Amino acid sequence: MASRPGLRSIAAASTSASRTFAPRFVPPTSRSFASTHPASRPTTTTNDTSDRPTSFGFETVTESEKRERVAGVFSSVADSYDRMNDMMSLGVHRLWKDHYVSSLNPGYTPPGQAARPQHILDIAGGTGDIAFRHLHTAHVLNRNPDVRVTISDINPDMLEVGKKRSSILPASQQAALSFLQANAEDLTGKVADNSMDLYTVAFGIRNFSNMPAALQEAHRVLKPGGVFACLEFSKVGNALLDSVYKRWSFGAIPMIGHLVAGDRDSYQYLVESIENFPSQEDFRQLILDAGFGVAGQGYEDLTGGIAAIHRGIKPLA
Amino acid sequence: MTSLFPRGAIRPSSIASTPRQLAIIATHTQPTHRGTAVATPVDDNIQTSRRFSVLNRPPPLYPGHIPLTRLERVSLALGSGILSLRNPYRADLIAACGEALSVPYFIYRLRDAMLSHPVGRRILRDRPKITSTSLSLPHLRSLPPNSLGRTYVNWLDREHVSPDTRLPVRFIDDEECAYVMQRYRESHDFYHSLTGLPTVREGEVALKAFEFANTLLPMTGFACLSVFTMKKQERKRFWEIYGPWAVRNGVNAEEVINVYWEEEMATNVDVLRKRLGIETPPDMRDIRKRERDQRRKEKGEREKMGMGV
Repeated sequence: MASRPGLRSIAAASTSASRTFAPRFVPPTSRSFASTHPASRPTTTTNDTSDRPTSFGFETVTESEKRERVAGVFSSVADSYDRMNDMMSLGVHRLWKDHYVSSLNPGYTPPGQAARPQHILDIAGGTGDIAFRHLHTAHVLNRNPDVRVTISDINPDMLEVGKKRSSILPASQQAALSFLQANAEDLTGKVADNSMDLYTVAFGIRNFSNMPAALQEAHRVLKPGGVFACLEFSKVGNALLDSVYKRWSFGAIPMIGHLVAGDRDSYQYLVESIENFPSQEDFRQLILDAGFGVAGQGYEDLTGGIAAIHRGIKPLA
Repeated sequence: MTSLFPRGAIRPSSIASTPRQLAIIATHTQPTHRGTAVATPVDDNIQTSRRFSVLNRPPPLYPGHIPLTRLERVSLALGSGILSLRNPYRADLIAACGEALSVPYFIYRLRDAMLSHPVGRRILRDRPKITSTSLSLPHLRSLPPNSLGRTYVNWLDREHVSPDTRLPVRFIDDEECAYVMQRYRESHDFYHSLTGLPTVREGEVALKAFEFANTLLPMTGFACLSVFTMKKQERKRFWEIYGPWAVRNGVNAEEVINVYWEEEMATNVDVLRKRLGIETPPDMRDIRKRERDQRRKEKGEREKMGMGV
């Protein structure tokens, strides 16, 4: 008797919580490799770009629909996010994130100088992975207590997970941490111009509906001389590694998502969005277009190109 | 596939008379060299006989369909089977395991069982779905007490469940068989009303045994393995009473997948049982209640004696 209502409630929850289920029923070709026909709504004359077509995995949807569906995906995966990352990347994501933060070295002061205050904005950082590393590196390793970190995420469920996890940090680090729910494509009113020393976004930017807008906002909020750093999945150079990686992505990851998290569709979206993300060179060009200066190659491949760190600097003048 | 000695050769005229029925028989049977038709469960899924990889899946055959490669199907069957044993509340894994295990043979056999029966064929043509919108629950509440509809809605109200909580089929590569599986899932609650078994674990296991004997879906058979997780007294009852009842009735009764539930709402449950050839099992609720009362009485007596000393 006890198992029945439990089964029913789980079944009800899984059909209602994985919101990507219902919308996927409408287009019959949504599961195929190719995109569906583009949405035929005309763009408006105002600044509002929410009707512009963009990609949601391999589907073509409007920007506002993408925002909604990404919200659904991340609300659905929020609780099991860390476990899923571990399973999808076999734990390597931790190494990537460690290298990402240590190469940025927040809070570093050259020997002989006084510790300078820094304000770091971590975008799409809901669960706090990167922000906690920033705080540890700045406060503990670089012994600079004047570094503040603001975690920003559009999804309140991911922010909740971050808040919960931050409660085990030392009090001084918790005091330096703040949370902001905002859309990275439009931070007006929430983050002032020329106010940030470092803008980081790890594994978030591929989910944005409008990437150029987010890059422009990054340019606006950074101080002159401020650094933009993006850690994201990218294109693998080696053909053999690429074929193995693709088969793992499209075969194993949705299956693991289904078995472990009970949500195949969200993980199918995640691997499709990885596939759709621009290559290293194309994203470097987008960063240049937003007004950043890029030193040399501008990106660093990790694990053969499975992930890449892109860096840009806001020019001083 | 021709055969010199076709087993169970059926002459179409003996079971079909209308052109539509003949057409259905023709598409699902294969002519032998003698010209008579042999009905065998065929894998008429032409699409996935072409091998594909995860990078170029064929387009879906129905909304929500995900064609799986062989390796994926095996992983799904194993993974969902093991994980659902560890956490039986994961209804989605149980459903996926059922779908993964129903191919190659079993779901096709069930679909062919529907095609071999006039009401089954009508169900396959009409494709009714059992949801709270398709069944008018207030109307069911107004039906006479021992009717199928009334017992069903009483049961829904008592258990606080709704007919909408069945997950859609996703991993069966034939559109018609996917509907058959969906129909089986949605009919499960009616099997409870039909057999009178309660939704406690003991009743569910007995019902699964009945379903296995009747529909031959492998997942129902595996679900019976949870007989080993039941209490000693319940297990004893299963081996002595409900197990034999389930096998006997499942095998001898008509295929319960062929019942058009939407049309049988006003039918008296006993009449329906007689028509299908299902005998009512001993009232499980009654036996359990008596056993509970007995245990309570003994406990009370033991306490009284303990206090007296």
